[in-house]
Amino acid sequence: MNDDDIRVRVIKTLCEIVPELEPRNLKPAVSLRDQLDIDSMDFLNFLIALHQEFGVDVPESDAGKLGSVDACVDYLAQALRPLAQT
Amino acid sequence: MPRLGADMTAGKLVKWLKRPGERIKRGDIIAIVETDKANVDVESFLEGALEKILVQPGDERLPVGTPLALIRTEAGAEPAAPAAVAAQAAPRVAVPTADAASAMVPPATVAPAAVAPAAVPPRVVPTPVPPAAAGERARISPAARNRALELRIDPATLTGTGPQGRITLADVERAAQAAPANTADTRQLRMREAIASAMARSKREIPHYYLACTIDLGRALAWLAERNAGRAVTGRLIYAVLLIKAAALALREVPELNGFWIDNRARQSEAIHAGIAISLRGGGLVAPALHHADRQSLDDLMRGFQDLVKRARAWSLKSSEVSDPTVTITSLGERGVESVFGIITPPQLALVGFGTPLERPWVVGGQVAVRPLITATLSGDHRATDGHRGALYLAAVDRLLQQPEEL
Repeated sequence: MNDDDIRVRVIKTLCEIVPELEPRNLKPAVSLRDQLDIDSMDFLNFLIALHQEFGVDVPESDAGKLGSVDACVDYLAQALRPLAQT
Repeated sequence: MPRLGADMTAGKLVKWLKRPGERIKRGDIIAIVETDKANVDVESFLEGALEKILVQPGDERLPVGTPLALIRTEAGAEPAAPAAVAAQAAPRVAVPTADAASAMVPPATVAPAAVAPAAVPPRVVPTPVPPAAAGERARISPAARNRALELRIDPATLTGTGPQGRITLADVERAAQAAPANTADTRQLRMREAIASAMARSKREIPHYYLACTIDLGRALAWLAERNAGRAVTGRLIYAVLLIKAAALALREVPELNGFWIDNRARQSEAIHAGIAISLRGGGLVAPALHHADRQSLDDLMRGFQDLVKRARAWSLKSSEVSDPTVTITSLGERGVESVFGIITPPQLALVGFGTPLERPWVVGGQVAVRPLITATLSGDHRATDGHRGALYLAAVDRLLQQPEEL
């Protein structure tokens, strides 16, 4: 899975949490909390949805590393790499 | 049509989920009703059999109290009254709804939460359409006038097709279809009206007092971080769940804050059903119940809370969730708000609010330390309680949050 595939699936997952989201308006480097008005419950649900989508269980200590779309793509690309090689 | 929340005045029957003749157990979902705030699964308060359906699903907004169906109860065992009589005469064969049940079932068998909505004073219906002049009254049928009011259509703008140009129900419906309302906008508008009505009533009738207390959340957050660290993402808690549990447990110590103001006196509720204020995307809010919040484990509360938020935002709640709250808890803690002085949801007696945990200097053991502090507030009904009892309540919330492992 390349970064573009991951990005598409991250945005699809976000759309499940924020149904009114227009993907073309999403700024990839800007904080998700700030631009989407999501709260801690939404963010936890986003992490759960990412877990379902990618099979990656983000530890609590890493939750801060998934603050934007770009950050999510970087984090997931790294997390998925060892899985892809096995 | 049950009153599903203090601010509800009318609802649409969306669907029947039981057929005439079917057995009904207490808690069975028998119909879906659309309110201004959600599609609500209406649960039966009674055991029996669905005797007769009086109203078919449709677009008409039915005033609270409209009989929807007759249920033959075990005790009643009487023939169902004809629909027309049922509508006027409070039949002994009861309609399985909060309002109706409270009126028709002996009080001893009705849960306090079910009684509460019945005590809501007559509703105030917004009247965007000016009252008709005397001469105009003859030109529109009563049903058409009511429907026009519902749909916010000015009858003066319609052309009647009835005898002598009388405006009929069909004329109003045609006009409504010609200018289809945007459902989402209409819902937003109705929700705004429902909130306006309930909050204006609260400020008009309830003499609020407000108290605030700063709580050191350091222990609770540290305990939570440690607990979450070893858990999969599906098993984690958010700190709001600790606040809910502490707020609910503290009500056991000051129970006079938990319940309703009915008939000029406070009625405590033994059960603690926490109405959790949930903001909806696009505006508005609902405060459905987490039942027996004081008795649930943190994990159960978290699951219940997640489920409630999901369904509230999808406009899908249960009748017991919207009718039962005995207190409201609101947390505006996501956007840096320090404190919230809320308006009590009538006929409840109190509202508990939490702001954002913010890192601040705080004196601990004679030393200044940086601690995450949160402001807990209480809005109380001064008819029912005094500030002193309210202060004891907030002190109890503080004490409970210092022992998160006990929650």
